[in-house]
Amino acid sequence: MNYNWDWGVLLQEPYFDWLVSGFSWTITVSLVAWVLAFSLGSIVGILRTTDSKFLRAIGTGYVEFFRNIPLLVQMFLWYFVFPELLPESAGMWVKRGMPMPEFTTAAICLGLYTASRVGEQVRAGILAVGIGQRNAGLAMGLTPAQVYRFVLVPVSYRIIIPPLTSEFLTIFKNSSLALTIGVLELTAQARQIEEYTFQGFEAFTAATLLYICVTSIVMLIMRVVEGKAAIPGMISLGAK
Amino acid sequence: MIELRNVSKWFGDFQVLNDCSTKVAKGEVVVVCGPSGSGKSTLIKCVNGLEPFQKGSIEVDGTSVGAKDTNLPELRSHIGMVFQNFELFPHIKVIGNITLAQLKVLQRDEKQAGEKAHALLERVGLLDQADKYPAQLSGGQQQRVAIARALAMDPIAMLFDEPTSALDPEMINEVLDVMVELANDGMTMMVVTHEMGFARKVADRVIFMDEGRIEEDCTKDDFFGTPRGARAQVFLSKILQH
Repeated sequence: MNYNWDWGVLLQEPYFDWLVSGFSWTITVSLVAWVLAFSLGSIVGILRTTDSKFLRAIGTGYVEFFRNIPLLVQMFLWYFVFPELLPESAGMWVKRGMPMPEFTTAAICLGLYTASRVGEQVRAGILAVGIGQRNAGLAMGLTPAQVYRFVLVPVSYRIIIPPLTSEFLTIFKNSSLALTIGVLELTAQARQIEEYTFQGFEAFTAATLLYICVTSIVMLIMRVVEGKAAIPGMISLGAK
Repeated sequence: MIELRNVSKWFGDFQVLNDCSTKVAKGEVVVVCGPSGSGKSTLIKCVNGLEPFQKGSIEVDGTSVGAKDTNLPELRSHIGMVFQNFELFPHIKVIGNITLAQLKVLQRDEKQAGEKAHALLERVGLLDQADKYPAQLSGGQQQRVAIARALAMDPIAMLFDEPTSALDPEMINEVLDVMVELANDGMTMMVVTHEMGFARKVADRVIFMDEGRIEEDCTKDDFFGTPRGARAQVFLSKILQH
């Protein structure tokens, strides 16, 4: 292979700035999407464990809809198709009027998709806590909402910290799909550097290392969270 | 105090309770026994509405459990319940387990709830464990905390669903002692258990269930004394021979 290695290109302007900018868009899209995914996913997961058939159906419908369509297709649907379904002025606003349309669409799309996955984990966590705990709470006169608030949610979220960590990591990696609708995040910038300088190996190595860097930090943070949340005496839930 | 009239319940096509009627008077201790799968746990869970039933009626202190307009949380806050697997809340300390419902349901303030909890922990002999987490206690200790937690609500009656079945043999007595004391204090109790020694000691009446039916409902002396129906005799001969 005849390849001219030139790591210096990464530190040259404007390529260094591109990497920095791409990196910060990756972080921003991912964090905004995660806030949405975590909140909405919690609601969806809880709905799926309630006594009401109607609420369960809403939760199930949401999960089945969003997890069964490829994320890439969802990106395209939100960006290209959804605005066309709206009344003309609203559609225009979504395409051009709202602040940073590509970023907003990508973050919401990624958030809604990940919410379906978070929802399933929340549901699994609540079911793992078990009917016995629910009954114990109800038997002492707590309302069903109070049982969730004081018993089921605090215990189940501790149980699902490990899979939630995976989901949080996945959202950073999935955020690279935002490039398909024009968000200049890390992968997009790496590609752009490759196109301008033909130093693709360096550019994508840098991007890879940056992704690994972020996910490692997330893993470390989540390990601390897991340790702090561990319940004394419960080995199965502790971070050992 | 507790009155069941012709209660029937189905899980799908399977009938778990078949026309069950009985009464528990104020201050009475009633032991419910029978082979596994006979519906005794289901029956006791119907009393505080944890299990819905399709036919018949249950009244607790004049309130109908099955009625649509019954405020179940309010009703349940007057009935203590103790479970086979303790079901202490693992993420809060022993003291928090006992104060939670006092604070959130009875709206007692922290000080009142804390004092009540300490008094009850002393009563079940676990005052020194107040700041531990449930998983740091033995099974017998956990069950005593669970009893204290139920008593903290000043219940008018207590339901026990196989309170000693998940315990090591050497821990059974520390739980039964607390229950005997409670019975002697005049608490109204409905106890699902296989502990015939406990039944002999404190029960006023014994209910024997089989296949969803109440087969026997008689005083303790009648149950252990005069010969009963064939199914109860077989049951007794099996569990009393050791």
